[in-house]
Amino acid sequence: MPVQVTGEVVSAKRIGAYTAMTVTAPGVPELARPGHFLAVQVGGPASSMLLRRAFALYDMSPRGVYGGTVQFVFAVSGRGTAWLAERRSGDRLDVVGPLGRPFRLPAHPVSATLVGGGYGSAPLLPLARVLRERGCRVSFVLGAGSVDRLFGHLDAKRMADTLAVTTDDGSAGERGRVSDVLPAVLERTDSDVVYACGPMAMLRAVSDIAAERGLPSQVAVEESMACGIGVCMTCVLPVVGDDGQTRMVRSCVEGPVFRGDRVRWDAVGTVPPDAVGAITAPGAHR
Amino acid sequence: MTRVDMTTRLAGVAFPNPVFTASGCAAAGQELHAFFDVASIGGVVTKSIMLAPRSGRATPRMAETPSGMINSIGLQGPGIDAFLERDLAWLEAQGARAVVSIAGGSLEEYALLAQKLRGRAGIAMVEVNISCPNVEDRGQVFACDPTASSNVVDAVRRNTSSGVPVFAKLSPDVTDITTIARACVAAGADGLSVINTLLGMVIDTTTMRPVLGGVTGGLSGPAIRPVAVRCVWQVHAALPDVPILGMGGIRTGLDALEFLLAGASAVSVGTTVFGDPSAPVRVLRELEQALADRGIDRLSDVVGLAHRPPAARVPEDADPLGDELVPAAAAQEAAP
Repeated sequence: MPVQVTGEVVSAKRIGAYTAMTVTAPGVPELARPGHFLAVQVGGPASSMLLRRAFALYDMSPRGVYGGTVQFVFAVSGRGTAWLAERRSGDRLDVVGPLGRPFRLPAHPVSATLVGGGYGSAPLLPLARVLRERGCRVSFVLGAGSVDRLFGHLDAKRMADTLAVTTDDGSAGERGRVSDVLPAVLERTDSDVVYACGPMAMLRAVSDIAAERGLPSQVAVEESMACGIGVCMTCVLPVVGDDGQTRMVRSCVEGPVFRGDRVRWDAVGTVPPDAVGAITAPGAHR
Repeated sequence: MTRVDMTTRLAGVAFPNPVFTASGCAAAGQELHAFFDVASIGGVVTKSIMLAPRSGRATPRMAETPSGMINSIGLQGPGIDAFLERDLAWLEAQGARAVVSIAGGSLEEYALLAQKLRGRAGIAMVEVNISCPNVEDRGQVFACDPTASSNVVDAVRRNTSSGVPVFAKLSPDVTDITTIARACVAAGADGLSVINTLLGMVIDTTTMRPVLGGVTGGLSGPAIRPVAVRCVWQVHAALPDVPILGMGGIRTGLDALEFLLAGASAVSVGTTVFGDPSAPVRVLRELEQALADRGIDRLSDVVGLAHRPPAARVPEDADPLGDELVPAAAAQEAAP
């Protein structure tokens, strides 16, 4: 069950193009698992920005100098995140979390490959920690447009058995996309499972590569959300259920982590005509 | 704080307090129950339910706008049968007062929905979402035509248990909202929900195309509050005996008070819940405090109060505007 708490900013660190923010959030880190996310109010109590901003959890510490804290990573992409980036230690922040369904963990010590695009790598780092504790072999593939938009590669280097880096402009690692190097990494590490978080196009490519090799994949999607708690129905995407039927499911409560082979990647952004309850007659219900 | 009698009545049904959720902003209450007890507020207005399961519209379904948001969800929902079995049963088990919102594409659909609800326990009221396109009339929205609106209300009223009030939810996108209000009441509506979203649109200046998958969508949030207050005011002036459930951008207790003063007997907190899931209980607390601060000990005393001459209004020490914007210059001018 998520909680709504008023926390205090402990620190806001610039890391390349991103900000990593640590906030006290009593009750949240105790419940949080890798893949969970937070919804943060922006602009203050009288703000004209009504909707929360959702961020994957990068770190959760139930005990510490400041009590329970959580950490999340973001890029400034609009007025809400610009406001957030200006918060300083001691500022108050209204936080709801943990939200969503976390990554499912393997029951046995397996070889896992974790693929992150941009700051999508943030939730993969706590995941790697948990996988390592379970005796899993952890390999990272991290990619970004350029070196300043890479995130977590230093942590990953410390933690992982192998690390491959790609950038679109070649400013770090190999020039290209994570999907260019992923097949070789899966081969070399004899991977049993793939986890990914990043842009939709990347998640689609990673899911396809895993499926071609018969490997299960779990991907954390990023859909635009108004509430983050399951009431607004804006963050839906077409996902195939256990019964084989496609439904428009909420990425906030049924996700953000989905089985890569269950997402109808070709139909994201649409309601496929075979989805349960697809609108067949014209009409403009608001 | 002195206790204020917060009870209210809507068409003969008593509610412990006047703060409800708003249709489409609370699903069927379960998700919000993590943040507050759904039985502690006046009632839970469910997302409009249709006969069949429905997937809604393509994404993007939402865009944030100044002090508001615009949405084109397209009434995604499980259909009435699953709703009754799962959602209504859950609300009843919590002891919540359910206000079931229904939506249809034809008179027959509305009538069938009402029949399905008939005799079911746990339904405090039925709210009819008439802001739906009529498939039998080139997709014309029912709520924009007095005859179509009254036909829907009549179909629902005829098929609803007599002890369950039927409220029609009015659209502000009409030339004269009182014409539609009168038509609904004449057709048997026991009360009116005022207002639904305003039709709006947002264009992405980067892609240079409409943002929403549905192209146009419903605008909600504090941005529309003055429109909503005006509509409540006009409907209450025209039909002073008809109970109003007021909504449109309520974010604080003082916002709720504004609706009561305009003539609403209860309010729905909608879009604000997306950003503040515990908002309904906060608004309730703030409203009770605001009434106490004004020396009012019964909520029902303020319903429609703004329509009465200013002499009998508030004690002198209360700040009628509730913030720092007291028009000092105007006060000085009025002095002898």
